[in-house]
Amino acid sequence: MYLKDIVTILEGEVLIPDANLDVTVPCAFASDLISDILMCTKEPTLLLTGLTNNQVIRLADMIDIVAIIFVRGKRPLDEIVEMAQERNLPLICTKLTMYRSSGLLYNAGLRSCKI
Amino acid sequence: MQDFAAARSEMAEYWNIRPDLEEEVRRHLAAPPEGDVMLESLIPEKDFNTAGKGSAEVKNLLKRLGVDPEILRRVAVAAYEAEINVAAHSRGGIMSSYIHDDFIHIMFQDKGPGIADIEQAMIPGFSTADEMVRELGFGAGLGLPNIQKNTDALHIRSEAGGSTMLEFIIYFTNNGR
Repeated sequence: MYLKDIVTILEGEVLIPDANLDVTVPCAFASDLISDILMCTKEPTLLLTGLTNNQVIRLADMIDIVAIIFVRGKRPLDEIVEMAQERNLPLICTKLTMYRSSGLLYNAGLRSCKI
Repeated sequence: MQDFAAARSEMAEYWNIRPDLEEEVRRHLAAPPEGDVMLESLIPEKDFNTAGKGSAEVKNLLKRLGVDPEILRRVAVAAYEAEINVAAHSRGGIMSSYIHDDFIHIMFQDKGPGIADIEQAMIPGFSTADEMVRELGFGAGLGLPNIQKNTDALHIRSEAGGSTMLEFIIYFTNNGR
């Protein structure tokens, strides 16, 4: 599945204007807890989260995150968006809940990441 | 005798070494730490803007050295969890990374107040994180278990009321997991 398909499915808003949405997304993980997210060490993954602080961007320095979807209408501050821009990390906002977003993507064929 | 038992219980120690590496790791950790390359970074108390920078720096260096991506992620996650632990639970500390040809040895030393019960802290889900730390998304109680899962050897020494030393080793090859 391509990132642009995910934006469409989640009726998402892309926060970084020149983000490359033609990247393949192999799998996804959803959590609001940093240590949970750090269990994804096996493969590149899409992250769905309600966390919008700088540590969630820093996670992308540790593990391989393809893009971050902020759920439930949450929006990160400009400085967080800048941090992501420096890392070429696409950020997308959706008004949908984490449960609904995950369900829609799973139904569309996006599998869960290996942990 | 009672006094002796009490004194012993104040200094707690925890080891977890991959069985096939036991002898090699113990021999290495018994000697003063050294490496071909050494990196050091400060971890200030409750500073979540800085926490994680040391781990990212080590990961980037290992990446340039051509270490396998999955091993890179294991090093980064273990180091990051340990950095966050120092920032969240201690009065601050220091991270020292010793890079060798075939493995990395990272050591974290903090200024206290120590881990009351290491065995309990190792249980997934157990956490003493405060509200401020939890609001940032930490405090899942998976820090130490995540470190153990990603390392080939883990050693923790903590003094109740005193400082904590946590060190681990990750090999770049021979990844039997």
